[in-house]
Amino acid sequence: MNTTVATGTEGKTWGGGNKPLTASYGKMMMWFFIVSDALTFSGFLAAYGFSRFKFIDSWPIADEVFTHFPFLHGVEAPMYYVAFMTFVLIMSSVTMVLAVDAGHHMNKAKVTIYMFLTVIGGIIFVGSQAWEWNTFIKGEFGAVQTKGGNILQFVDAEGHRVAVADFAKVETGTRTQHESKNGLWFVDEGALPAYTMDEINNGLAAHPEVLVRTQIINEAGKKTVLSREESVKQLKENGRLFVQGANLHVNEYGSPLFADFFFFITGFHGFHVLSGVIINIIIFFNVILGTYERRKSYEMVEKVGLYWHFVDLVWVFVFTFFYLV
Amino acid sequence: MLRCVGIVVPNKMVIPAKTGILIKIILKKMAHEHKLEIFRGLWKFKSNTAKIWGVLAFLTFITIIEVALGIVKPESLMGMFLGMKILNWIFIILTIVKAYYITWDFMHMRDEVKALRRMVVWTAIFLILYLIFILLQEGGYIETVYSSGFVKRDF
Repeated sequence: MNTTVATGTEGKTWGGGNKPLTASYGKMMMWFFIVSDALTFSGFLAAYGFSRFKFIDSWPIADEVFTHFPFLHGVEAPMYYVAFMTFVLIMSSVTMVLAVDAGHHMNKAKVTIYMFLTVIGGIIFVGSQAWEWNTFIKGEFGAVQTKGGNILQFVDAEGHRVAVADFAKVETGTRTQHESKNGLWFVDEGALPAYTMDEINNGLAAHPEVLVRTQIINEAGKKTVLSREESVKQLKENGRLFVQGANLHVNEYGSPLFADFFFFITGFHGFHVLSGVIINIIIFFNVILGTYERRKSYEMVEKVGLYWHFVDLVWVFVFTFFYLV
Repeated sequence: MLRCVGIVVPNKMVIPAKTGILIKIILKKMAHEHKLEIFRGLWKFKSNTAKIWGVLAFLTFITIIEVALGIVKPESLMGMFLGMKILNWIFIILTIVKAYYITWDFMHMRDEVKALRRMVVWTAIFLILYLIFILLQEGGYIETVYSSGFVKRDF
């Protein structure tokens, strides 16, 4: 028995025969998904802008944070790596659009190659982001957090950063980490900081060339460097905790909010890239299996293409607001 | 006989002019025809593939300018304009230019009908501008509360 009901309008406008806006259902819905996802990302970026405007006089300067390049230790290379990542993502967008174009010409071989290259580009990008996160989490110089939650960094007379490890006086016989097995069983303590405040204070006193740099930005757009007396005083009175690298609680480069937003926004974007790569891989295998050849249309490639370009589009904005502005 | 997207037109049938145009438009869309020019016709391309590479060249060019400006940070662009450094305004404008070409040429928004374009772009732009306005306004206000000494932060 046939369960479909014939209405006599099949193939006509009210029977679904018309394509609104001359776009297919799937493509139009992908566009609407992209609009809503774009609003999500702009919510995040606008929240970042809110926090930044709130702490406009002390926000970390991105050029001083992301200065690393793989295999080039100690070389200051601000922006180069992220520029490379941007280029990788734009290139994979190009191979994606070439795959879409080849799909229009029903050229299976070319779609296969271009989809493959797109996946590779996506993997390189996600890998680069992992490296970027790793570098950011590990940190480089270390700094001291004050009672007020501000960050004090250390510089030499020329204004170059000095690692805490280079001047802190390590004392022997300092206290060991409390564990439930050697003390109160119901109390936990996280790993102790690599240096105690005493060690850093003594180290600063013994190294007259080291100065403290606060996170306040002066008129010249640089972070304020304190005089020698002020440095010693500020560290002694307000310094509370040695911090190295960044996580969701502390950030050696400045406001912890910067790290929070960095992890959250680039993480959310990275997750989009990862899911894009997975979807692209699925489509890639469908192309190889000839699914779209039998369907006589490569529109599916076009739809995932839209998503992939959107991911690239978001990165263009993340790049601007995290690294440039 | 012309068969496509459910339109069946017998060979000898006379089609009214208006319907004819409509059918032509639909056929054009279905044949994935692309507008092969950017910059309002200033740069024309022979094929869609050529256009893709042209747009890539343009996007790369803009990214290089952005990175160069970000590294050099010319002193002349450090002046303030509407509450932000001129350099930052340049970055934001260049980003929007990049976003335009990614959407229009990579996502083929250029080839979609006007109604779809406006539904997607105007909705997003309106809501985003509104959100940015209220949040940045509020952030700036809180900053003045901090900096005018009502809240102590530097200790």
